[in-house]
Amino acid sequence: MEHPSFLLQAFVFLVAAVISVPIAKRLGLGAVLGYLIAGVVIGPFGLGLFGDPDSLMHTAEFGVVIMLFLIGLELAPALLWRMRTAIFGLGALQVLLTGALIAAITIAFGVDWRPALAIGFTFALSSTAIVLQSLREKGLDATNPGRDAFATLLFQDIAVIPMLALFPLLALAAPRGEAEGTALSALPGWAQPIVLLAAVAAIVVAGRILLRPLFRFIARTNMTEMFTALALALVVGVALLMQSVGLSPALGAFIAGVVLADSEYRHELESDIEPFRALLLGLFFISVGASVDLALIGANPGLVLALVAGLIVVKTLVLYFVARVMGRPRADAALVALALAQGGEFAFVLFAFARAQGVLSEALAAPLVAAVALSMALTPFLLIVGERLASRMARPAQRAAPAHIHTHKPRVIIAGFGRFGQVIHRLLAANGVTTSILDHSADHVDMVRSFGTEANYGDAARIDLLRVAGAGDAQLLVIAIDDAERALQLAENARKHFPHLKIIARAFDRRHVYELLNRGVDGFERETFEGALRLGSAALRHLGARAHQAERAAGLFRRHDERQLLMMREHWSGDDNFEAYRSAVNARRDMLAEALRRDLDTHGVTTPDDAWDTDSLDAETQKRA
Amino acid sequence: MARSVLILFAHPAFQRSRANRALAEAVRDLPGVTFHDLYEVYPDLLIDVAREQSLLSSHDALVLQHPFYWYSAPALIKEWLDLVLEHGWAYGEAGRALAGKDWMSTITSGGGEDSYGPGGFNRYTITEFMRPFEATAHLCGMRWRTPFIVQASHMSTPARLAEAAAAYRAHILALQRRGEDA
Repeated sequence: MEHPSFLLQAFVFLVAAVISVPIAKRLGLGAVLGYLIAGVVIGPFGLGLFGDPDSLMHTAEFGVVIMLFLIGLELAPALLWRMRTAIFGLGALQVLLTGALIAAITIAFGVDWRPALAIGFTFALSSTAIVLQSLREKGLDATNPGRDAFATLLFQDIAVIPMLALFPLLALAAPRGEAEGTALSALPGWAQPIVLLAAVAAIVVAGRILLRPLFRFIARTNMTEMFTALALALVVGVALLMQSVGLSPALGAFIAGVVLADSEYRHELESDIEPFRALLLGLFFISVGASVDLALIGANPGLVLALVAGLIVVKTLVLYFVARVMGRPRADAALVALALAQGGEFAFVLFAFARAQGVLSEALAAPLVAAVALSMALTPFLLIVGERLASRMARPAQRAAPAHIHTHKPRVIIAGFGRFGQVIHRLLAANGVTTSILDHSADHVDMVRSFGTEANYGDAARIDLLRVAGAGDAQLLVIAIDDAERALQLAENARKHFPHLKIIARAFDRRHVYELLNRGVDGFERETFEGALRLGSAALRHLGARAHQAERAAGLFRRHDERQLLMMREHWSGDDNFEAYRSAVNARRDMLAEALRRDLDTHGVTTPDDAWDTDSLDAETQKRA
Repeated sequence: MARSVLILFAHPAFQRSRANRALAEAVRDLPGVTFHDLYEVYPDLLIDVAREQSLLSSHDALVLQHPFYWYSAPALIKEWLDLVLEHGWAYGEAGRALAGKDWMSTITSGGGEDSYGPGGFNRYTITEFMRPFEATAHLCGMRWRTPFIVQASHMSTPARLAEAAAAYRAHILALQRRGEDA
């Protein structure tokens, strides 16, 4: 088959995704299933629109790497430490029990114990990509069962390393040629663990010491695309390093993510890489769909379907049992069990590796690969069943709001942390209000963090950045940035995407006030008004007014000016009609000048404190006497 | 036609007040009642005299609701009295704007009933301490209504507080019906 050009292939993928994913979503099946169906349709066993799903999957696996990096970013080391019992309890028990049980069943069918072990432990792995994406799509990723599923998958990813190391020992026949030789395998046995540890240590140390200054340097250039480029380079670099020492690239990316999880650039990194993750994962799911060998299934439907059924049933039962042993409620255990019942993408790698090492024969491997692909395609359905089952099993109390991973939820987001935003932050912090700060100046963010305050780098007008900063849960957004146009943009975006959020804003002048109000802000303050008013009050004092008199004069002026500002709003209809507004203001100003003059004529001051002025009372008393 | 009531409410730390919250919640939604939260409207203590006078003119009865501070009211109430009840408007030869309207004070007090009176450590009864308010009402030609007083002993339990709140609501409703003395 002739290889179609790269652009044509890309076009086919994009069109297939754009057609099938929205339809699947509309039918309530979820995006993952949409991608998988698209893959089956356009794959070599469907319409045959592209040739080699294996090479495609190799590229698309990078989507999994990026996803693990992003997951790492969400998990600060402290949070990971709290999950240790789930990772090493739930995860380890699951892999060992499932592997042993499936191996035993396989042996019972007359297969030699060595390939049986390889099959058992490969089948014990589940699909990180499909499960996490599906959980996230359903909003289950931050719930208790979602966290358990993640912990189990994390252990499975780690478990791949010893599996790759041990499979060659299970060989029946001599290895067929050089199998996936890595730099590591050339080293003597005692040096290998040292190199592995050194690679992980390199990521941790580099992340702690080198990356932050580097990100700061790039951030100061104020070029968003450079930041994205650096982030991608980082992930690719880590993946390459890991691959060269024979570790899972996804695991390396995860470690890099965890290292960066408490850096100030976390939110910016997340929103910059997110689109790559989504599209590459989509590509990965399409390639999984495409690798479902319809011909093989058609030729041998009984065997493949039995394998799929056996795989899903054994994994579900073992997972449910393990989760119950670990003390999980029945509903949670059922959800975790059904979510992780499929085979994983590592199965494709491991089966290929096992074949190359002479552990499995071609005849044995082909239906196994087909079964894994098919079970992955069934995951969204299993998850739907799991959710139904879980909600039926859950006691009413457990059915309430899911427990979220986020440890602190800021009540206020402050956008802009210059001279203006800092004062607001200090006032709020002094009153025990938790804030999340966004600023596009790396210097500001640095300075704030040196005082131990949480601040993040990025352009606050971006919706995705607002979301990761916690706009979904916050009560209030304070717009304090020093760019009038971006402030309007931010107000508009926030109002549209987070309707529950109250918004108050720093305004520059009258027209900015009106533009902000037109975008639905709940409150505003003109940035120089208060300062000018206080200096004006000081001027009155220096001219001989008593302090209280000057203070009252300023206060009454403020009240009057604010009323007038809002009253004149109806005359404002955009910059185009500025003349109409100006003449309306002038007309009113004349009226006010007249009123002020009248006040001055009668009292000599503009403050209505007649009641403290006892002249009229004195006059009346004298008259009566 | 029920008479309109203006409740002039003043509490500088309303967020911490249990008794005044219960009382306020009991009456603020009544039809014909305007609940005017002074510390909320004038956080800068800068009273808008013209606005206050027009509010007074458009209501039939005035209720001053506040905690009992130093045998009197919070500072903003005093400021309000000083500025709003102008000579020539509220009192004096030409000052008849408030004549004929009702005045009722609603007081929450920390001390127990026993502490007020000749034998108690406060030495005088609350009625005696209320004299400046009574005289003010009199000077403006207003009708002095028996004050509604909630003492500490009435706030000891949620149940007793709810009881006091219900009594207050009935009191305001009675004030709205002309002729009946509340």
